[in-house]
Parts: sequence; C-alpha cells; structure tokens
Amino acid sequence: MTEKFEPKIVAFLCQWCAYAGADLAGVTRLKYPANVVPIRVPCTGRIDPQFVLEAFSEGADGVFIGGCHTPTDCHYISGNYKALKRYLILKKLLEQMGIDPRRLRLEWVSASEGQKYARVIKEFTEEIKKLGPRNGRDLP
Amino acid sequence: MTRRLKMAIGLGATCSGCDMTIVNLSADLPIVDEFIDFVFWPTATDMKLDYLKKIDHIDVSLYHGFIRTDENEEIAKLLREKSDVLVSFGACACFGGIPGMANAFVAEDILREAYVMTASTDNPKKILPTPVSKDDGRELTIPKYLEYAYPLDSIVDVDYYVPGCPPPTDLVKDVVLALKDYAEGGKLPKKGTVFASNLSQCHDCTREKPEKIVIEKFHRIHEVKLDPNKCFLAQGVICMGPATRSGCDHRCINVNLPCRGCFGPLPGVKDQGAKMISVIGSLLHAGNENNLTDEQIAEIIDTIPDPMGTFYRFSLPSSILGRKGGKNNGKDSH
Repeated sequence: MTEKFEPKIVAFLCQWCAYAGADLAGVTRLKYPANVVPIRVPCTGRIDPQFVLEAFSEGADGVFIGGCHTPTDCHYISGNYKALKRYLILKKLLEQMGIDPRRLRLEWVSASEGQKYARVIKEFTEEIKKLGPRNGRDLP
Repeated sequence: MTRRLKMAIGLGATCSGCDMTIVNLSADLPIVDEFIDFVFWPTATDMKLDYLKKIDHIDVSLYHGFIRTDENEEIAKLLREKSDVLVSFGACACFGGIPGMANAFVAEDILREAYVMTASTDNPKKILPTPVSKDDGRELTIPKYLEYAYPLDSIVDVDYYVPGCPPPTDLVKDVVLALKDYAEGGKLPKKGTVFASNLSQCHDCTREKPEKIVIEKFHRIHEVKLDPNKCFLAQGVICMGPATRSGCDHRCINVNLPCRGCFGPLPGVKDQGAKMISVIGSLLHAGNENNLTDEQIAEIIDTIPDPMGTFYRFSLPSSILGRKGGKNNGKDSH
C-alpha cells in the first residue's frame, strides 16, 4: 500500500470517567492521534455488545471502551463490571469470527487521568496500525 | 366461498425436519386438504425443478432450509417470483440455523476439511467437488457451493416467518388456519409477522426463579445434576431463554434441557447472541463483583468454551457479523 494507513477507531466512553478524562486531555492540550471517534455513553454498562459488533461490521479497525476504575468508581455501582464481562466474552467471540481480539480494548480511565487517556489512545492507535486494515479476516 | 390455494413447499439446504413437522399435523391434516392443493413439494412427491419452472402462479410458498448452493438460491428466487405469499419456514430459513455456524469458516476451508483433511477420507488426488466435472467424455454437473450460508430473507423478500427447529406443529396449525381464513376471503396478517410469541422464553417459563439470578460458575449440562424446577441460569447452566422468542411451549425446558435459541431473537433485536452476551455480563457474580479481581472474572469467563457455538447456535448468518471477518469484511472502510 502506497497510501499511509489511518485506522478508524470507535471509542465508547462513559460520561463520568473516560469521557471526562478525554475532555481533560483536550483542555490540557495533550496530543493524541485523531483516529478516534468518541461516543459518549451514560455508563459502560450501557454498551450493548451489538454496538461493538455493529462498529466492526461497519468497518471500524478497532473499538475502544473506556470506563471507570474497578472496583468502586462506577457511578452506577457495577456498570463497569458488566462492561468488563461483556468485553471478555466479545474478545473470545471475535477470535472465533476471524477478527483479531486485539482490535477490541478496554481501559479504566478516571476523570482525572487525561494523561492516561492520551497514552492509551496513542498505544491503541499504534497497535491497530501494526495490525493493518481489516480487509478480510485477520486470522486463518 | 372458499377458494382452493395452490401451495408449494421448496427446499433449501435442509434436513427436512420441517417437512416432518407439517406431516405431524396428523389429525389436523384434513383441514389442509379442504383448501390446499400442493403444486410442488419434492419431499412428498416426485417433482423436479423443471416442473416448478413450468408453474405460472402459486398462492402460498413455504421455504425451509438455508441457502448454501446456487440451486437453493434458484429455488428461492423461483418461488418468490411465482408466489403471492412466501413464508420463511424453520430456523434455517429464518436465521441460518445450526449449519449456519459454518459461516465461522470460509467455503474453501470447509471443503478441504470435509474432502481432504478428515482422517477417514481417502482422496490422494485431493479432488474437491466442482460444479462441472468430466468423466469418460460425459459431463456431470452439481450445484455450486456458495461462499457462505445465507438466510432466506437475505436473498429474496419474505412475507412471514415461522421460527423453530423444527417449528412446533401447533404453530404450523396457526399458519394453516391463517391461510384458511385467507382462502375464505379474509385478510392475511401484516407483512413481516412472526408466527410465535413476541415475548421471551423467560416470560412464560414456569421454573422457579430467585429474586436475583446470580451465576457463580458456568457448568455444562453433563457436569451437574439439574434441578427440574429451578431456573437454569441460577444453576450456572447457560440457557438462551432471556434472548429467545417464546412460542414453542418450552419443549426443551420441559425435558430439563436449557433453551438453545431456535426461535431466534426477540422483536427489535438484530443479534440474538450479542443480547445473550449482555445477559451473561449482567448475571455473572451480580452484586458481588467487587470481591473479585478483574483477572478472576476473566478466569471464569474463560470457562465458556465456545461463545460462537453457544450464543449463535441458530442465528449466525443473520447476526450482525454474520460470517468470518464480518459481512462487510471491513472492505468498505478504505
């Protein structure tokens, strides 16, 4: 490929922690790749696995989920745990369906962790760049 | 005044269990005879494809089985073209069914596995089936094996759905009575109607459910002695009930087996398996999660051996990803 590959990444961010963290990263003028399309959700527990699959089906190269730290940061007590469990099953499912599970990533980012948000997005974008575009299946 | 309806029953890639369920109408079969003439039904009569091509008009067609070869596709298109009403009959036609799980692999790998790799196969020349082959100057043709399995409604427009593997005879009777009403001059149900309940299996399940269902550990059905009166999920056995449409009278649950999901997703849901993943996410150690580390949760999740086969047993081809790598294969994005 002659053209440089710029991945499309969909990020589902919880409004109390990761989205606020992303806001802080912006206000602090931290630099991170512009490949991410952030989608604000009330809680990571609101992320229906259908959202993640739909993103991959519509051509996302990676999906990022950002929520509140376990064990006790979740505004709704256990939404982050629900997301964690769904994410773990989805990883296994993606592998069976020929999509590299590294294309799905979950990180706990608090409202004060603008630095961490910028870092993990940078790392994730780099990783997806290495994996390359999703033309067809990743895995044999 | 009752008019007689011309009916065709077409076959896709099917085990013909759906034909059995029609024959199982037994005592109610005379109702069928009152107003239906079968013009095409290869299972019951010796009718070839050419015969179907010559028919001008069909009132109602049933199609069972999914679409895996170009012949399945041709029959589906012929039935659609000639019929006023096309009914997608059975889990395979509606969602892809059990053999639809083949969509987790590509056609080439499936053929190689079946015709070359298996231990019991003796095929030193590694010959794979091809649509046309020559033998002694004669030309032999077989239908072409398509790249993936498809549910009926992804190939042609479908009017009604009758889910189930196979659809229970009671539902078949509902269909027959709806058609009888139509034959007598009545109206047909709204297009897209699913001949089953609009509620989940759990809604009318009579098993005892605790106030809060909590899964602590996953068990496979042979590993535990199942209490016949208690909710399967509360016993740690994955039951597709919460994500599955009801209407089957719980034929599996009543014989102490968890629901496997043959009635497909609930109204408004695209992806039955994703909904079930959601359910598991809610129930596993519910309310007790913060006593576990993230790693311990991962260990428990790891004891689900086959998420695709468990959550998408009947619905993989009609799910959001639909096939290996996803339906769009990510190709549209760049």
